[in-house]
Amino acid sequence: MLELKKVTKTFGDTIAVSNVSLTFAPGQMVGIIGRSGAGKSTLLRLINRLAGVSEGRISFGDTDVGALEGKALRAWRARCAMIFQQFNLVNRLDVLTNVRIGRIGTAATLPVMLKRFPAEDRANAAMALDRLDLLSQALQRADTLSGGQQQRVAIARALMQKPSLILADEPIASLDPRNARLVMDALRTINRQDKITVITNLHTLDAARAYCDRIVGMAHGHVVFDGTPSQLTSAVIQEIYGDDTETAVDENLTSTMAGTSPAGRQMEAAH
Amino acid sequence: MSTLTPTNGRLSSTTREERLLSFEGRYRQQQFTRRNWTLLYGALFLAALIGSIAASGFSIPGLIKGLPMAWNYIAGTLPTLTIENFWGDLANWYWGLRFWTRLLVETILMGFVGTVLGGVLALVLCFPASRNLVENTAIYFAARRALEFCRTVPELVFALIFVFAFGLGPFAGVLAIAVHTAGSLGKLFAEVNENVDPRPIEGVRASGGNWPMVMRLGVVPQALPNYASYLLLRLEINVRGASALGLVGAGGIGQDLYVAIRQFEYTDISAIMLLLILTTSVIDIICETIRHRLIGHDLAASA
Ligand SMILES: Nc1ncnc2c1ncn2[C@@H]1O[C@H](COP(=O)(O)OP(=O)(O)OP(=O)(O)O)[C@@H](O)[C@H]1O
Ligand SMILES: [Mg+2]
Repeated sequence: MLELKKVTKTFGDTIAVSNVSLTFAPGQMVGIIGRSGAGKSTLLRLINRLAGVSEGRISFGDTDVGALEGKALRAWRARCAMIFQQFNLVNRLDVLTNVRIGRIGTAATLPVMLKRFPAEDRANAAMALDRLDLLSQALQRADTLSGGQQQRVAIARALMQKPSLILADEPIASLDPRNARLVMDALRTINRQDKITVITNLHTLDAARAYCDRIVGMAHGHVVFDGTPSQLTSAVIQEIYGDDTETAVDENLTSTMAGTSPAGRQMEAAH
Repeated sequence: MSTLTPTNGRLSSTTREERLLSFEGRYRQQQFTRRNWTLLYGALFLAALIGSIAASGFSIPGLIKGLPMAWNYIAGTLPTLTIENFWGDLANWYWGLRFWTRLLVETILMGFVGTVLGGVLALVLCFPASRNLVENTAIYFAARRALEFCRTVPELVFALIFVFAFGLGPFAGVLAIAVHTAGSLGKLFAEVNENVDPRPIEGVRASGGNWPMVMRLGVVPQALPNYASYLLLRLEINVRGASALGLVGAGGIGQDLYVAIRQFEYTDISAIMLLLILTTSVIDIICETIRHRLIGHDLAASA
């Protein structure tokens, strides 16, 4: 159980996240929506400690996430795998090595310096890549892959971390509709089959509706909505995306997904 | 239209005109400071230029008067080669070829070993000396100053100290080259590091990597081609530099060149100089070719 209590994060005099309290039950798939600058990315970065909270407390079970240091902090980062909008792969390394980077949270330093990983890691990486239908690209350099493939490599890297939760920061924002669906299907399947909590920032309402059990809406750093997709009425959307003077938000404008199908067919077949 | 970022509470209450006006003011301010800095730097540069001309006693008439004398010296070192006895004269000129070749090989090896040692040291120091890779300012500061020290003390001075400490011979020369190389390469490497893409770094850190792991997997793969290119450039420079270190007894062909100059063995001077010029040119050409291969290969791969 991940718990955020009155979490606030400021950068200078900008309040990025303001007094946010949320709990995430294990195995949920949660979508976080909100306008650009609402604090969605910051929230995720606080959870996996790429940034530290200014006020409040984040805890996971008995662990106080804010107090972690050194080895324990690295272990925590490995436990909540991060997926980025720009994939954040190491372009000049091959796909296999990028996926094996998922294991460094618990590895000894010296072998990693020599890029030596146990054979077991290679086997696991191969399995993760196969699950995402990428095994044939395993020995290519990461930057030779398409955007959708790179994002799935990032998901494979996340899987290697054997995470308790996956934090995805706009995982489909730089992908075309077909690849967006492949990536979201993959996340959904992992969530269902491996019982891993997935918290994902999304720019598009239809993706959030189609894939998430629960949607959190943020505006100006505050949580302004927390509920199921069916509770997300146009009045609520107005509150999240609109402001006092703007006319009604057109939901179709935020749509980038082509004919969403949450079934995760491809991954199911590969499994 | 209202403000796009009401998060910035300070601005949301103001009107559009006020915001535009405030922007205009900030823009003016910035331009003003920028121009002043440019002027200041320009003035400093001019002052430095004039100062150094005065201090070094550089003068065009002096140059014109001195040049023929320099030429006389050079001409005096040239041997007399006759067509009738060309090979004999040549053999006479290069009487010490075997000995000199040995010294030349020693010089090249000094440059090579010095570059490798210095390169390793530079690689260790370049990460703490990169602004974007360390949070602790004290570590960054210390690493930067250490590199600066290694770089600003001339090789010849280090060589003198090491000759005093470790005795005459190439060992002192290698050490002197290594220290200087560590300083200058470390700075170049650090600059490469500061230009790498931060996203892979964040990716590796988010996977739970510790600092050395982030450097190894997030930074080095991106920076490696540039490291190699700078290392080869440094090798060129160091082979050239190694030939001068003999002047203070730190091994290499410079030692014999110094003896020749001291004892007015004019033709020996030109013989050794010619050998040196040939060798360094060959090394330069080889390094240059490899470097261009590396860069070209990389361009082709990233295209
Ligand atoms: N490192 C930082 N330094 C200063 N300000 C920051 C930093 N990171 C975020 N901010 C500010 O915090 C606020 C929230 O940013 P954040 O990136 O969390 O928004 P977001 O909801 O993810 O937006 P987007 O949908 O565009 O990604 C913004 O006003 C941003 O300028
Ligand atoms: Mg964001």
